[in-house]
Amino acid sequence: MKLGTLMRTGLVAAGLAASAATSAFAQAGDTIKVGILHSLSGTMAISETTLKDVVLMMVEEQNKKGGLLGKKLEPVVVDPASNWPLFAEKARELLQKEKVAVVFGCWTSVSRKSVLPVFEELNGILFYPVQYEGQESQRNVFYTGAAPNQQAIPAVDYLMSKDGGEVKRWVLAGTDYVYPRTTNKILEAYLIQKGVPKEDIMINYTPFGHSDWQSIVADIKKFGSAGKKTAVVSTINGDANVPFYKELGNQGIKAKDIPVVAFSVGEEELAGVDTKPLVGHLAAWNYFQSVKDPANAEFIKTWQAFTKNPKRVTNDPMEASVIGFRMWVEAVKKAGTTDPDKVIDALIGIKVPNLSGGISEMLPNHHITKPVLIGEIEANGQFDVVWKTPGLVPGEAWSPILDDSKNLKADWTKPVNCGNFDTVANKCIGKAAK
Amino acid sequence: MQSLRPFSVLLSVVASLALAGAALAADLATLVGNLTSGGLSEREAAITALAASGEERAAPILEALAAGQLYVRTSDKVAVIGKADGNRLALVDAISGSPAGNAVEADLERVRVNNRLRGTIEAAVGSLTLMSPNAKVRLSAAESLFKRRDPAALPALDQALAAEKDPRIKRAMTEARAAVVLATADAPAAQKLAAIGVLRDRADRDSLGVLNAAASAASDAEVKAAALAAAGSIEQTLAAWQMAQNVWYGISLGSVLLLAAIGLAITFGTMGVINMAHGEMVMLGAYTTFVVQEVIRTSAPHLFDVSLAIALPLAFVVSGAIGILIERTIIRFLYGRPLDTLLATWGLSLVLQQAVRSIFGSSNREVGAPSWMSGAFQLGQLNITYGRLWIVVFSLVVFAALILILRKTPLGLYMRAVTQNRPMASAVGIRTPRVDALTFGLGSGIAGLAGVALSQIDNVSPNLGQGYIIDSFMVVVFGGVGNLFGTLIGALTLGVVNKFLEPYAGAVLGKILVLVFIIMFIQRRPRGLFALKGRSVE
Repeated sequence: MKLGTLMRTGLVAAGLAASAATSAFAQAGDTIKVGILHSLSGTMAISETTLKDVVLMMVEEQNKKGGLLGKKLEPVVVDPASNWPLFAEKARELLQKEKVAVVFGCWTSVSRKSVLPVFEELNGILFYPVQYEGQESQRNVFYTGAAPNQQAIPAVDYLMSKDGGEVKRWVLAGTDYVYPRTTNKILEAYLIQKGVPKEDIMINYTPFGHSDWQSIVADIKKFGSAGKKTAVVSTINGDANVPFYKELGNQGIKAKDIPVVAFSVGEEELAGVDTKPLVGHLAAWNYFQSVKDPANAEFIKTWQAFTKNPKRVTNDPMEASVIGFRMWVEAVKKAGTTDPDKVIDALIGIKVPNLSGGISEMLPNHHITKPVLIGEIEANGQFDVVWKTPGLVPGEAWSPILDDSKNLKADWTKPVNCGNFDTVANKCIGKAAK
Repeated sequence: MQSLRPFSVLLSVVASLALAGAALAADLATLVGNLTSGGLSEREAAITALAASGEERAAPILEALAAGQLYVRTSDKVAVIGKADGNRLALVDAISGSPAGNAVEADLERVRVNNRLRGTIEAAVGSLTLMSPNAKVRLSAAESLFKRRDPAALPALDQALAAEKDPRIKRAMTEARAAVVLATADAPAAQKLAAIGVLRDRADRDSLGVLNAAASAASDAEVKAAALAAAGSIEQTLAAWQMAQNVWYGISLGSVLLLAAIGLAITFGTMGVINMAHGEMVMLGAYTTFVVQEVIRTSAPHLFDVSLAIALPLAFVVSGAIGILIERTIIRFLYGRPLDTLLATWGLSLVLQQAVRSIFGSSNREVGAPSWMSGAFQLGQLNITYGRLWIVVFSLVVFAALILILRKTPLGLYMRAVTQNRPMASAVGIRTPRVDALTFGLGSGIAGLAGVALSQIDNVSPNLGQGYIIDSFMVVVFGGVGNLFGTLIGALTLGVVNKFLEPYAGAVLGKILVLVFIIMFIQRRPRGLFALKGRSVE
């Protein structure tokens, strides 16, 4: 009997909740939903939580300005928990159930690859804010992080120059997954093109979260004793960096002897390290917190106020998130609607100021133009910009250096409208390539 | 004025090499002015000019520049050297060397340098300080000249060699001179051959680098052959040292595995609890260290060097107490149900991780190394870092202490009694539930101690424990469940095997090979290396 009443109350409650949900849905007409698909738990939480906060901050800012198209923006946060298949599930939830107008999300390439089919099927829009290996261009995805030609190649060029120390011998060290492997493939081809003999390139991969770097650092030292200036190009990801840098410091590898240039180490990653032994090691990004620009100063101020932490640092993927968000806002204004097809078309050619004093533009291949900066680590955990490309570098979806992609181009405007157009065969390869 | 002679020699050499004559006549103020104005590209000439000026202040100014301590005061554009003094910088006038008050960093503009300039400065300071009255400074000057191999330093080196009395420094200078000679393209072949001999006797990685460079640059066939032969002989010596190095790295890795696994050897090994939250106990220990260091940083900075000693007992208590709590509230209901225990502790580990993430944030926390744990020393050609050495020592001490507890204390006696025969122990009046809780607490507390040590080499992040849990189980199972010595031998064996595989197979394949090896091994000997015999097995 008692159980019966309990169940009945439960049913009533469920009914109430359901009606509440539908009424919320009815009201959803007054808001535009913005999906945030970043891991808030698991291994990647360390990097991705920050990006979630940045998008939340941008949404808040936009709402202060009166929202968009006369409606308020409403953030919808989901937690894919650093679990790649879960990314696809959560993306589906955002697009199908929550009906979000746009999604900001993903960090690792494997998580991006896992959500691609979902965005294609449900015709959503994804802004991907992290530097990645390139070799991709998808109609529903906008890549606001660096492609290899906006990070890796300029970094190598810098090290080859007189200011960078005229490096002749290269260690390509990375974590064993798709981004480092592809980047290193491109770099190796590039170095060989530049006349570096094969025996002067050492490639080394380590598992995720590798913590015992003694042998590898000793190997790098050994490789560096061939009498030629040696540098390490590091695509080591995430947590493994801290013990790597600690070991470099311990074994006395100084930046002026063997500099390490990293593509995944920013202000956030250095927060857990004593940077005094690392002064002079390098990082290549499109943004540093130390960039002197009024827009950047303003952004840092807003960010530190938003997080209520006056010491909170900013980094490159955060800037990429900001650029992506602003581009989306501009495109929606231009299109006058949040309809995905119209916004996707409107996004190409959109120009918004970045945080280092330039104006970034969304290109027809869904990548953007960015400046490339090389920074040296300072004792306070910040970077000192020692080199900068003279202008903005347009992102390349397909590397012209690799044989299997040199004929490909991506162009999402008419008449090509293709992510992997073969310029020699003059036809769109389409999905057959995958 | 004898001490100025090398400078004048150097000056003439440098002048003839690169510099505009005008800079020579300039006084110190102009030289420093040139140094602090202009961009990175003009700074190199300014550094060389200052070094060649023969001014007494040149060396300290350049050293400050390399260390990032040379500033221009925004208010009056005076060049100052600033050293950290609490929150402010204590200033010294760069030109006169007299104190110039203090300032906050925001009121100063730092004179920037990059890697290449740091190298130039190292060579310049090396030449300038070769005649310093301080033996240590002379030694480091010789060492930096060895590294930089700047041909312009040769006259200064000759001068210093003639005056040097200390045999150790003399040798360093001779070696530096040899390196410089080999890097000078037009040095006579006879000198180069002698230099090759000097470097062959030095026989370390650095000299190998110099010889390899010399061999590839040499135009003289005889020199080339000699350099190659010397490089070959050094490589042979180093190959032998490499073996020793692998063993040391293996022991070091083994000690880390031992520390991570030793607590598990108690909870899993003797109690039979599959404790997936073991890694999180390690993490809690590491976070305790972080909290202790934070408190010390803000309230008693002079205690920083003993922060780890303070953290050790606290970490033991924190992790141990949480361990006892877990045992009393969850695990004791699940004894004899290994699958349920596994799931419950796995869930618990996620809860603990997320709790720490909520409290401390998801980013890494910085745990500093006390001065006695930073740096490295050289044993032959073996580079041993103090941090690793202390961790090896610490793991052995913890191991010994644990053995003592188990063998010599009443608690240890009860533990062994309960794990070996629970009904009988209970029958003779041992309060088995209490012993269970204490045993679990002890295992967890030791995991906390491991966390203090691991905070020195790994990230202090919520994921810290996850990285060690698999390895810990591997060690305990491999060594033999229930046998502490098995854990010791197992950890060291796995460490050494891993480090011998890594250079040949790479880190990824090496790890796979070790796993395959353990699977095969467990097939042959399901009870591990040292199986317990007798009644307790059942």
